[in-house]
Amino acid sequence: MRMYLFRRAIQSVITLFAVAVVIFAMTRLTGDPAAIMLGETPEFSQETYEQMREEMGLNDPIYVQFWIFMSGALRADFGESFIYREPAANLIAYRFGATLQLMGVGLAISLVVGITIGVLTAVRRDTWFDRFGKALALVGQAAPSFWIGIMLIVVFAVNFKILPSGGYGSPQQLILPGFAVALGPIAALLRLTRSSMLNVLDSEYVKMARLKGLHEGRVIWKHALKNAAIPIVTLIGLNLAHLITGTVVIEKVFDWPGLGTLAVNGAFDRDFSVVQATVLMFAAGYIIANLLVDITYAYIDPRIRY
Amino acid sequence: MRDLQRSQNPDATRTWLSSASAQVGDIVKQAPLIPSTILVIFVIAGIFAPWLSPRDDPNSGTLRQHLEQPFWEGEVRECFLGCDQQGRDVLTRLLHGARVSLIVAFSAIAIAGSIGVTLGLTAGYFGGPVDSFIMRLVDIWYALPSILLALILVVVLGPGLINVIVVIGLTLWAFYARMVRGEVLSVRELDYVALARVAGSGGFRIAVRHILPNVFNSVIIIATLQVGGVILFEASLSFLGLGVPVDVPSWGQMVADGRQYMTVAWWLAAIPGLAITFVVLCFNLFGDWLRDYLDPRLRQVVNN
Repeated sequence: MRMYLFRRAIQSVITLFAVAVVIFAMTRLTGDPAAIMLGETPEFSQETYEQMREEMGLNDPIYVQFWIFMSGALRADFGESFIYREPAANLIAYRFGATLQLMGVGLAISLVVGITIGVLTAVRRDTWFDRFGKALALVGQAAPSFWIGIMLIVVFAVNFKILPSGGYGSPQQLILPGFAVALGPIAALLRLTRSSMLNVLDSEYVKMARLKGLHEGRVIWKHALKNAAIPIVTLIGLNLAHLITGTVVIEKVFDWPGLGTLAVNGAFDRDFSVVQATVLMFAAGYIIANLLVDITYAYIDPRIRY
Repeated sequence: MRDLQRSQNPDATRTWLSSASAQVGDIVKQAPLIPSTILVIFVIAGIFAPWLSPRDDPNSGTLRQHLEQPFWEGEVRECFLGCDQQGRDVLTRLLHGARVSLIVAFSAIAIAGSIGVTLGLTAGYFGGPVDSFIMRLVDIWYALPSILLALILVVVLGPGLINVIVVIGLTLWAFYARMVRGEVLSVRELDYVALARVAGSGGFRIAVRHILPNVFNSVIIIATLQVGGVILFEASLSFLGLGVPVDVPSWGQMVADGRQYMTVAWWLAAIPGLAITFVVLCFNLFGDWLRDYLDPRLRQVVNN
């Protein structure tokens, strides 16, 4: 067990390092950041251009640039945003909490709703509820999250005026963006829970539990779901990718002051250091979360070893 | 079965072609009716948008028609689905938007597929250090949610129609590479490949002539399953202002425009969003069906 955890952790560190290398390579080797940034301002002089290159360290040999980038990243120093004139790390620190909140709420909603509906559709197989679940899963995977977000605003904020249409701070303001972010993961969880439950409900020990005279609710929610949960845990790791994509897009819809808005605006303004830093941040979060999922998985299912 | 037959009879390209066309015939006959019909309508709308739309120029509009209502709200005016904030006809923009989605989806998948298949073939056929290098790259692509790669690439390349296609293409190649490599590894050791080698075929010829046709089905399946995702991806990028330029009508951008008027004209955002949902839904249904029809084994491999 300890060996497995150790190997898995080392693997994550290597992946993260490789991701950093790819990000560095993409931004440095494919273009000239100084020229791209100055491209927006008309008729820059050769002098400003040279000065900019010097400031950004672009005149150094590539391995020196790489060393500066990597050692900076380790000290959480990603350089300065040229739009905000502030270190990118500070910009991230302000917004980190907001994004974590949104993702946490999204994950919680998707787990509760997705698993509940998934179990119920499996239990009430081939009823109208099952068909509703199927439709929800299909629409959830096809509808763009930003559009769902806007429609939620139209219905609940504009029409019924029961929830705020955006902003950050109060718990009510979390509900609509939370659901908008959760929809994709709900669809995926629902499908998997349903098929996993159907497998388990067919098994001998569920029949045994019923024969013993256990209450049906106990059979389903305790005995069956516990065993159906194993594949669901792996899906959570995949769902995090969904959640990250969701937050990046949804923050824009609800004016959420998080990392997604920062990254999108940064990409729009071609603010290199900010985009590099946020992407690296998201990547680190994603890789660490997947590591945690794998560890949980190894605890739940002792058969899993590499 | 199909795979088995082909691998026993590998060199007969002509028979392969005729069986492929027979297969296309079967697909047309057996495909699920409703999604396929909607997809055909979508493709026709995209291709013939300039001739089908009520207005010639999707960007023309007068402020007199600012937020003109669609047919279900009050009397019918000039525009069937209403007009947007600049008085531009929504139906015209919807049809042109279908065209943009179609172009982006097919070009991006073509790019992703070519890169992925080439790298996958190379990795699988040559093995060794080449293989491990390519597969590490694939691992990194798998380790990152694609929106993050897209953000980095958008910063590097900047916005624009061609760039969006390149960005999405460069984000999605890894799926093909991993799948093709796996298939090549399983095919490489089969007798007919060894025979071709003994008969004096070079590495390139073996890879392209004898191995590639065997992975063709899987590539088609992944490509079909990806179309819906790519349309969503393009819509999201355009919604965020990182996609196609402002003067190109795209569904994602129409939703973004409509967002600013959702208190007075909710349909502006609702209509293009519904179009995206329907088309993506139909591509997903069709893709699932095609996978089950051509190769149910892949159910495990691509489950998105």
